[in-house]
Amino acid sequence: MSFMTWIDERFPATKVWNEHLAQYYAPKNFNFWYFFGSLAMLVLVNQIVTGIWLAMSYKPDATLAFASVEYIMRDVNWGWLIRYLHSTGASAFFVVIYLHMFRGLMYGSYRKPRELLWIIGMIIYVAMMATAFMGYLLPWGQMSYWGAQVIINLFAAIPVIGEDLSIWIRGDFVISDATLNRFFALHFLLPFILAALVFVHIVALHKVGSNNPDGIEIKKGPKGNKWSDTAPADGIPFHPYYSVKDIAGVIGFLILFLAVVFFMPEMGGYFLEPPNFEPANPLKTPAHIAPVWYFTPFYAILRAVPSFAGTQVWGVIAMGAAIVVLFFLPWLDKSPVKSIRYKGPIFKGMIAMFVVVFITLGYLGMLAPTPMGTLMSQICTILYFVFFLAMPIYSKMDKTKPVPERVTK
Amino acid sequence: MSSQGVDLKKRRMLITATAGLGAVGAGFALVPFLSYWQPSARAKALGAPETVDISKLEPGAMMTAKWRGKVCWVVRRTEETLKVLKEETAHLADPDSEVPQQPEYCKNYHRSIKPEYLIAVGICTHLGCSPSYRPEIGPADLGEDWKGGFFCVCHGSRFDLSARVFQGLPAPTNLVIPIHKYLSDTVVIIGEDDGGAA
Repeated sequence: MSFMTWIDERFPATKVWNEHLAQYYAPKNFNFWYFFGSLAMLVLVNQIVTGIWLAMSYKPDATLAFASVEYIMRDVNWGWLIRYLHSTGASAFFVVIYLHMFRGLMYGSYRKPRELLWIIGMIIYVAMMATAFMGYLLPWGQMSYWGAQVIINLFAAIPVIGEDLSIWIRGDFVISDATLNRFFALHFLLPFILAALVFVHIVALHKVGSNNPDGIEIKKGPKGNKWSDTAPADGIPFHPYYSVKDIAGVIGFLILFLAVVFFMPEMGGYFLEPPNFEPANPLKTPAHIAPVWYFTPFYAILRAVPSFAGTQVWGVIAMGAAIVVLFFLPWLDKSPVKSIRYKGPIFKGMIAMFVVVFITLGYLGMLAPTPMGTLMSQICTILYFVFFLAMPIYSKMDKTKPVPERVTK
Repeated sequence: MSSQGVDLKKRRMLITATAGLGAVGAGFALVPFLSYWQPSARAKALGAPETVDISKLEPGAMMTAKWRGKVCWVVRRTEETLKVLKEETAHLADPDSEVPQQPEYCKNYHRSIKPEYLIAVGICTHLGCSPSYRPEIGPADLGEDWKGGFFCVCHGSRFDLSARVFQGLPAPTNLVIPIHKYLSDTVVIIGEDDGGAA
């Protein structure tokens, strides 16, 4: 009896390997955009490993936190590398995830039967934002402090319960040691929840099968390929074909990622903001507060909405809605085709507009408020919601192209 | 065991009752975990009233104090300023302080006990930045109409020298005036008045 048989009688190792890798048939026409799922997992592993190492030298204490980060940077062996891998990794995570989500948007990967897959992905995205937000407080710099002050006060804008809710989150009347300490605990916990959610995401993916750039269901097409008579004809085993392809993606990614880590870890103030090199001072707000770049599109939406009826909750609602609306994407798209390749000019125009609007909002969210910037943010906010809320109409009236029977190159 | 003679209705009732009681128990078990997040006894104790000596404050100047970890401003206003505060109110969202952001004894145009001194919590009612003190008249960045006040750089809200918010800006209400009282002509206590401590 072989060793693997002994194992397989007690644990389904070979079965799992085959079902999810060696005999998991993915469409053969994946392109560049299909790198980002595996890259996201790579970055998550990077964040967990470097994060645990940082936690070995970091002090979650308001009087010690800032100095302990400087200690990691200056005195701990390779501490600068571990920290820059972690701080650059946070931004890289969002770069990769935004591209991963955009892939889904282009090829209709959220359409039936992948609605739940998309929703699980959105939950991962929200959990990621919470993780990044809590992590940003930990260096206890000026931007850490005031950024957290602004975001926690979003909860205080909720009528009636808001004030008590924000005190409950902070554990104090202001951001303090209590807040820092609990954010550290939660920032440590959340990545493991993220990893569990990624597992659920992949279980859902392997149940429905991967979409592809043509948006064709290979499971509904003809059967029989080189490896199996019952597998889809347009499928190839994930391992070794896509595992090897993904390694090529990893190499390309690491070249860019490490170039940033080594040569421009602050990324001109976009990845590590200049005010954060000053310790947190509760009595002095920095001249200009902006969240890290990955939150700025939503921050611009928040600022675009004025307060009226004696409350600023409207901006908070608009910002929340900008994220919540993404959850409903599977039911907003009424097009008869999935992929942008067969969609008509209206959808292509709208998706191009959405990209411009999202990037413009991200840019405006970094700037100090000006009347012109606010007006632009308001226009972009409206267009952001038009893209989603008008989708049931324009996706239906758009002139689509016929979808081929089999996947193309 | 045969299924004959099993009272399914009773069984379902027992399962529901057990599960329901379990859920109630789980709810109670959550209480310590959620309550743990509330400010601790020490955090509450540090929120005690703060005594401030204002004897060295020149007219037109501002000093800051810290109460419950929040920045508190004490501004000594000039006669000219008070005149502006009384007369120029058209651009304000709530000139008469109708929204209860201040104790009753500060519901007046100067929003304070003594017209000369303003005591306010220096935290923007929008999202909690600390606005900057801009007493100068008509600076280039704030426009010619600026008569002195507070400007929040985060989101552009403006307040006059009574900490009243301008119309049409992100901040919805006037800044908070903490309860306070004068212990003597030059010593004020923030966080306590004749009604007791906050």
